[in-house]
Amino acid sequence: MDAATSAANRDFPKLYRRAGSLSRERAWALRAAYASLGFAAVIFLAPPVYMLITSLKTNAEMADQSLSPWFVREPTLEHYAAILGNPLFLGFFRNSIIVTLIVVAITMAVSVPAAFALSRMRFWGSTTLATGVFLTYLVPDTLLFIPLYQIVGSLGLLNSIWGLVLVYPTLTVPFCTWIMIGYFASIPKELDEAALIDGASWLQMLLRIFVPVALPGIIAATIFAFTVSWAAFVYPTAFITKPEAMPLTIGVVSQLVRGDTFAWGQIMAGALLAALPPVVVYVFLLDYYIAGLTAGATKG
Amino acid sequence: MAQVSLRRLTKTYDGGVAAVKAIDLEIADREFVVLVGPSGCGKTTTLRMIAGLEEVTAGEIRIGGEVVNDIPPRDRDIAMVFQNYALYPHMTVFENMAFGLKLRGFPREEIARRVDRAARILGLGELLDRKPKALSGGQRQRVAMGRAIVRDPKVFLFDEPLSNLDAQLRVQMRTEIKAVHQTVKTTTVYVTHDQVEAMTLADRVVVMNQGRIEQAGPPGELYANPATRFVAGFIGSPAMNMIPARLVPTAAALAVALEGGPTLPVPAERTARYAAHVGRDLLFGIRPEHVTEATRTDKPNLAPIDVTLDVVEPMGMETLVHFRLGRTSVCARVDPQAAGAPGEAMRLAVQMDRMHLIDPATDRVL
Ligand SMILES: Nc1ncnc2c1ncn2[C@@H]1O[C@H](COP(=O)(O)OP(=O)(O)OP(=O)(O)O)[C@@H](O)[C@H]1O
Ligand SMILES: [Mg+2]
Repeated sequence: MDAATSAANRDFPKLYRRAGSLSRERAWALRAAYASLGFAAVIFLAPPVYMLITSLKTNAEMADQSLSPWFVREPTLEHYAAILGNPLFLGFFRNSIIVTLIVVAITMAVSVPAAFALSRMRFWGSTTLATGVFLTYLVPDTLLFIPLYQIVGSLGLLNSIWGLVLVYPTLTVPFCTWIMIGYFASIPKELDEAALIDGASWLQMLLRIFVPVALPGIIAATIFAFTVSWAAFVYPTAFITKPEAMPLTIGVVSQLVRGDTFAWGQIMAGALLAALPPVVVYVFLLDYYIAGLTAGATKG
Repeated sequence: MAQVSLRRLTKTYDGGVAAVKAIDLEIADREFVVLVGPSGCGKTTTLRMIAGLEEVTAGEIRIGGEVVNDIPPRDRDIAMVFQNYALYPHMTVFENMAFGLKLRGFPREEIARRVDRAARILGLGELLDRKPKALSGGQRQRVAMGRAIVRDPKVFLFDEPLSNLDAQLRVQMRTEIKAVHQTVKTTTVYVTHDQVEAMTLADRVVVMNQGRIEQAGPPGELYANPATRFVAGFIGSPAMNMIPARLVPTAAALAVALEGGPTLPVPAERTARYAAHVGRDLLFGIRPEHVTEATRTDKPNLAPIDVTLDVVEPMGMETLVHFRLGRTSVCARVDPQAAGAPGEAMRLAVQMDRMHLIDPATDRVL
């Protein structure tokens, strides 16, 4: 209990009693928090759970309308075996991985220095530039893909994963720069100044002091860049029509359909496998993200 | 080891704020200089220009005789202790102190030797493997100093290094900083807005106000002979009393007629110094410790003055009494035994050879 609260309690004992005790209020707040979190979890987890259940069913069980769709009677891994043996699917996976890794690398190579400059150095127009960076992110990709089609086409990169490598950073760089500007600004500038006085060059300061300290912010941005380029849908839909160049997002939904027969089991298994890498990345990086490495830099 | 000299040093920030206005300052080798002044007077700006963290608008900075205006911080061979310590949070205490030496390519044994020595000076021996977040405020402060000491630089720069500590620790660390300086004897520029810190640490105190140097001198000199009204009011606590007064001639010499108070004789040896100002409106400056109970007889030139006490503040060692002369509230420091109660009359004595006369037109002490 802080000083202000206890002062208030002393000055207004009646009022305080009516409001109930602090621990009781806390308990209610906790219950409300769990209830709303539980509700959100149900909404968000229902589709993947449904996908998992469906992917484990045989085709016959899937087609049987008399059974509850939420239970599996004869679990099978046949769809997983089928899709993992499908060279087309493995090609999608490879494309997604290549595109995503390169896009994340490009994004970080551009965003980290850009955010550093915009958060640390005051130069003519730096605030306008920072706002401008964010505004470009607000232009939706559903609008941008038309002019970008012209550009990618004139470069001869339609139907190539390199076209995607070129256009994804237009989505990732502005936003990553923006969130890192915010994070970097919270790091005391005395830290870089101390390093410069200690004898570091700008590059040494950036790599040995600033980046390690800013890691939580950089990781948050990395997760974002990874998710955006892994899950991108509009651009590949617009720029890729050849199956060999497709990433997972459009490959799974467009190539596993034969005529008007949907290979539901494979689609579900494929979608689940496609969703796995982001989960793995989150789990590995979140620890860092939460660790909050700045603790102890300053007076504290 | 080096001397530092500032010549016509000026800083105007982008928005047109003139933070430092053409200051001149010569700092001798091994000297401990304290920049002191109210908030916003340009102390930090001056220090950051010496460090190379802030560009110089005009003028010149020399360190060890060399003009450093265009030399980056890392090549100036200075070390700085920041107000918020700025320890590298991902490094241990040892690594924090060793970082600068590693960058400069010192051999491993030399680094260990120097860190060891600094740790011994600062009592950090057991903490070398800890990360900054596992240290107390005072320990972080010591690590920040250690990081400066190991480099054995030409100049130490401190920017209010104690202002984040609690009162007790501040006094302790103040003594420690002084002890460290006596051991390593590195030229030091120390910024603070606390005049007690300035008086206790400095070989020479530089009082700044609104981007200018008001006065520079040894602590005792600034206390005894302030040059301006600002310094007179800033140095010393409680602050010097300033009472509107007029200089009047008497049969033998001069006297000051205090507004709403008595006329007090000016010591004979000051007659020549003040003669030109007879009849003008001036400020009579006297420190509280130089207005004492009248029963004291060991001081020459005591002028008695009868007052009615308003407020009485016992401090233990002495008691502060406040009374009014005309529009001005005046403070005196008296022996606890001698102090009266509020509302009572009391006879005090003014030590006239400690008096100052200030010209309110120029704000200079006459
Ligand atoms: N980066 C800046 N841009 C513009 N004006 C600034 C900047 N830094 C400081 N100033 C201004 O310059 C003046 C001097 O500031 P400085 O930080 O040197 O004061 P200081 O004496 O250190 O004060 P304090 O005791 O509060 O730390 C102030 O008026 C301040 O507002
Ligand atoms: Mg300052």
